[in-house]
Amino acid sequence: MSIDKDKIKHVSKLARISVDEKKIEHLTKDLSSIFKFIEQLNELNTDKVEPLSSILNEPLRSRKDEINDGKIRDKILENSPKKNEEFFVVPKVIE
Amino acid sequence: MADLTKKSLTEIVSLIKKKEIKSEEVTNLFIKNIKNDKKLNSFITNCNEHAVKKAKKFDKNPKLDTLLPGIPIAVKDLFCTEGVKTTAGSKMLDNFIPNYESTITKNLWNEGAFLLGKLNCDEYAMGSSNETSFFGNVMNPVAENTVPGGSSGGSASALAADLTPTTIGTDTGGSIRQPASFTGTVGLKPTYGLCSRWGIVAFASSLDQAGPMTKTVEDCALMLEAMAGFDEKDSTSIKKKKENYSKNLTYNIKGLKIGIPKEYRVDGMPKEIDKLWENGKKILKESGAEIIDISLPNTKYALPTYYIVAPAEASSNLARYDGVKYGFRSNKGTNLIEMYENTRSEGFGDEVKRRILIGTHVLSSGYYDAYYIKAQKVRQLIKNDFDESFKKVDAILTPSTPSAAFKIGEKKNDPISMYLNDIFTVPVNLAGIPAISIPAGTDNNNYPLGLQFIGKTLDEQKLLNIAFAVEKKINFKQNLNRWWEK
Repeated sequence: MSIDKDKIKHVSKLARISVDEKKIEHLTKDLSSIFKFIEQLNELNTDKVEPLSSILNEPLRSRKDEINDGKIRDKILENSPKKNEEFFVVPKVIE
Repeated sequence: MADLTKKSLTEIVSLIKKKEIKSEEVTNLFIKNIKNDKKLNSFITNCNEHAVKKAKKFDKNPKLDTLLPGIPIAVKDLFCTEGVKTTAGSKMLDNFIPNYESTITKNLWNEGAFLLGKLNCDEYAMGSSNETSFFGNVMNPVAENTVPGGSSGGSASALAADLTPTTIGTDTGGSIRQPASFTGTVGLKPTYGLCSRWGIVAFASSLDQAGPMTKTVEDCALMLEAMAGFDEKDSTSIKKKKENYSKNLTYNIKGLKIGIPKEYRVDGMPKEIDKLWENGKKILKESGAEIIDISLPNTKYALPTYYIVAPAEASSNLARYDGVKYGFRSNKGTNLIEMYENTRSEGFGDEVKRRILIGTHVLSSGYYDAYYIKAQKVRQLIKNDFDESFKKVDAILTPSTPSAAFKIGEKKNDPISMYLNDIFTVPVNLAGIPAISIPAGTDNNNYPLGLQFIGKTLDEQKLLNIAFAVEKKINFKQNLNRWWEK
């Protein structure tokens, strides 16, 4: 399928990345050639193949449902770009 | 002992164990070399003071019954290190100081090593030339203005230039083996699940694997021994008992069957690489191994598969960078959504954004089956190819890369030609199996070229043995003019 400017705008909205209007053209060209490259897979008939779900031979482990850390609130907040006492601060979301 | 920094890790460990040299002397010699890193740009963060302090502490009461006693090690800046900035080569994490330590680095420190510095890499490990790093490109000690490969480019460069006695990298599609090949060093990508992923900045979680980068195969065995092990905190960590890779290392590879896949002979490959490959076969035969022609028919679909699976996983892994909990936040925008969009637009570089967009698209409603499910089916076929081959052979021999190191800027504007660098390394990650690259010769510019051995799941010992035997016979000698010191 072809990648056009509208597609790029739509996908960048989904990915929450604002794309510079000046860069859209270049990005469209790059992504078009990448999608052309990956669409080589369509040459292969995979109707009878099950998609790989895990590369490990064993099933995924699940951990015990128990509390094994905690009391690290201050540590977690240490790296936040903006905080207020024990809260992360973001721009206003409710008018 | 002026040339100590040129010695192998194993030799330095042995000198420390015999008390012929102190950890502090070793550390200071490497720090002296690091002072000349300016042109190479292989370090993002120096930990000189920390390292000297640790070395002095070690010397006061040396604990010698460990694998890495008193050894300073610089690591790829993708491993979280407690209290030391961890950037993943990105502006997004330029201010990020983890308050926890990755399992792999913790394993190294438990064996007596300590942190020497954090090494440059492609942004979020996305790149094959170290040109996507926010902290600038890295140069290859082999020649000025030449790339060291990527994404573990800083690691490879620092190791080859004797700025660290050994290092660690991560390999999602070739990021250890390709830079090792470009810099004349040894790099191993272990079986998926052998080394814990906990505390490593995530790129594509079903492909990411940490591994050692060293000057010799013996060093590689020693490092893998220190790194590997089960970790409760990584849900895909394999439960198995520890192996003594270095103690069990042997040159005896008599009777092993080595496969040569015909699909790895690609158009336009320099003839030196063909010669190298032939020489590898010859050496294996002389060592008593048997050469068997095999076929991995879906090889050509590995890269297209990778460029669906890896960006898909990256786009969901990198969704966490929203400017709220840690990392960079843009001050532009008036509401929450604009804050997210500007943070991610300003914080990520072009290649990372490109891959997030590819990944978002292939996972989006209406395209998921056509791209992502299709890729997972082909991934199964690629894995089946290897499974079939390993019924007939013990290991597979291929070149590590389709070319030697290239010039900075040469492939930057053509993503496909950049991606083709990983054509021989990517299939291994898709199949979750181990592979090692060793230096095996040079091209007509005298730039190093590597040979790759691919093994069965958890067959690292055999791979190391084969590499050990071939390394000895090839007797590759790195001959650097040390241009970066001038």
